[in-house]
Amino acid sequence: MKDRPAQPADIDGNPVTPGLPMAMLAEITHRCPLACPYCSNPMELVRAGAEISAEDWGRVFRQAADLGVLQVHISGGEPGARRDLAQIVAHARDAGLYVNLITSGIGITEDRLRELDDAGVDHVQLSLQGIRPDMADRISGHPGSWNKKMAFAEWVTRIGFPLTINAVVHRQNMERLPEMLELAEGLGARRIEVATVQFHGWADLNRDALMPTREQAVFARRIVDEGRLRLRGRMVIDYVPADHHAVYPKACMGGWGSTGLNVGPDGTVLPCHAAQSIPWMRFENVQDRSLSDIWHLSDSFNAFRGTAWMPEPCQSCERKSVDFGGCRCQAMALAGDARATDPVCSLSPLHASVVEAAEASAAGPTDSLVYRRMSRAD
Amino acid sequence: MTPLIAPADIPYLPRGVRLQRDRVRDITVLQAPERALRLDAVGEAILSELDGIRSMADISAALAARYDAPEAQISADMRDFLTGLIERRMVFVKGAP
Ligand code: SF4
Ligand code: SF4
Repeated sequence: MKDRPAQPADIDGNPVTPGLPMAMLAEITHRCPLACPYCSNPMELVRAGAEISAEDWGRVFRQAADLGVLQVHISGGEPGARRDLAQIVAHARDAGLYVNLITSGIGITEDRLRELDDAGVDHVQLSLQGIRPDMADRISGHPGSWNKKMAFAEWVTRIGFPLTINAVVHRQNMERLPEMLELAEGLGARRIEVATVQFHGWADLNRDALMPTREQAVFARRIVDEGRLRLRGRMVIDYVPADHHAVYPKACMGGWGSTGLNVGPDGTVLPCHAAQSIPWMRFENVQDRSLSDIWHLSDSFNAFRGTAWMPEPCQSCERKSVDFGGCRCQAMALAGDARATDPVCSLSPLHASVVEAAEASAAGPTDSLVYRRMSRAD
Repeated sequence: MTPLIAPADIPYLPRGVRLQRDRVRDITVLQAPERALRLDAVGEAILSELDGIRSMADISAALAARYDAPEAQISADMRDFLTGLIERRMVFVKGAP
């Protein structure tokens, strides 16, 4: 890792050619009033004191735009937990980026939302944990969250932001998918993203409570297909199905280190939001090095670029440049090896045992949830 | 594909959707929620005309004159291209005033 090769190389030393990133996820804080049991933040949460400043974000955004990034997704945690959110947004717009604000809607008042409008937020994405107070408040671990969210959604519409509803589905709420579509439509959302929980990190602690059944996956598929026909031209439905029930894995972000990058609260740059689940991988920080150097030259970004690093059965599979061998973090979690074929792929030697385990989890041994928490008191 | 726009309809880019020059790749992109769409010359020519005032028929007539191309062809291409974007909620339509 010390000698920097002149030519970027993957984990095996094969030469790779980095492209240009289109999108950046800026997780500006890990602080969050909610405690969703499937939170995509790492298990090791960054504390407020380690967060980089709004000025630092401004520099990162300018470097990102120079590198080819067109859109920034400002997320968290709850981005509203940062008092200087409007300033961060303004920096992103000044850099020429399209600003997508991803929020739980908790902790941003109507006045603040107007400030964010002035600062240049282009689009608001509101997360939905469930339908109605009983379910939404239980899953988010935050009493009152449902009512606050609904008020927030009204302000969003009043101000005129385009709205996407982001519904995370799992065994505890999948039956309510039709109501979620109805709600999004009623709120005037242009899009709804229906994403099945990805089982790494926090969600992995909750597999037995959240893993959907095969019947639920079939049901969700049907509701999505019917919804798309019915809502054509009125609302877009983007759907991330449960990959434990699929034949092939999901493509990893269009390929590792190919179109996107993720910058964390303390300035750590990751090829994907879950990359820190790969224990041996070292990540660099925007405080030490330019984003361009990190993108083009870092070991973490180059590790799984291209297809030469892939083991069998991927190496001789015709889908290797379609799904890139699936998710590296899932391979880490399920096979204990980040280089392995994603075990949810039906061609993986581990597939049968993965499906068996998923079905055992889906059989519902428990409904009790382990909530996301900071490891010690804040 | 059933068209989602008629000749007299007025297509426009709603809030949150804009044309932008991508200076790094030297192309024009349509910026929209969660998508940055690369445009070819035809797509760019069509979308640059959307002003929220003129109908699709007005615009296809103007483009046909400018590029000296058959108007029927242009209006069919435009209808299909815009229908694709309307489906993705990147172009909105209002009826004639
Ligand atoms: S998923 Fe839930 S806990 Fe995680 S950051 Fe979002 S709102 Fe917070
Ligand atoms: S073997 Fe590898 S490349 Fe082929 S479908 Fe499975 S994960 Fe994708």
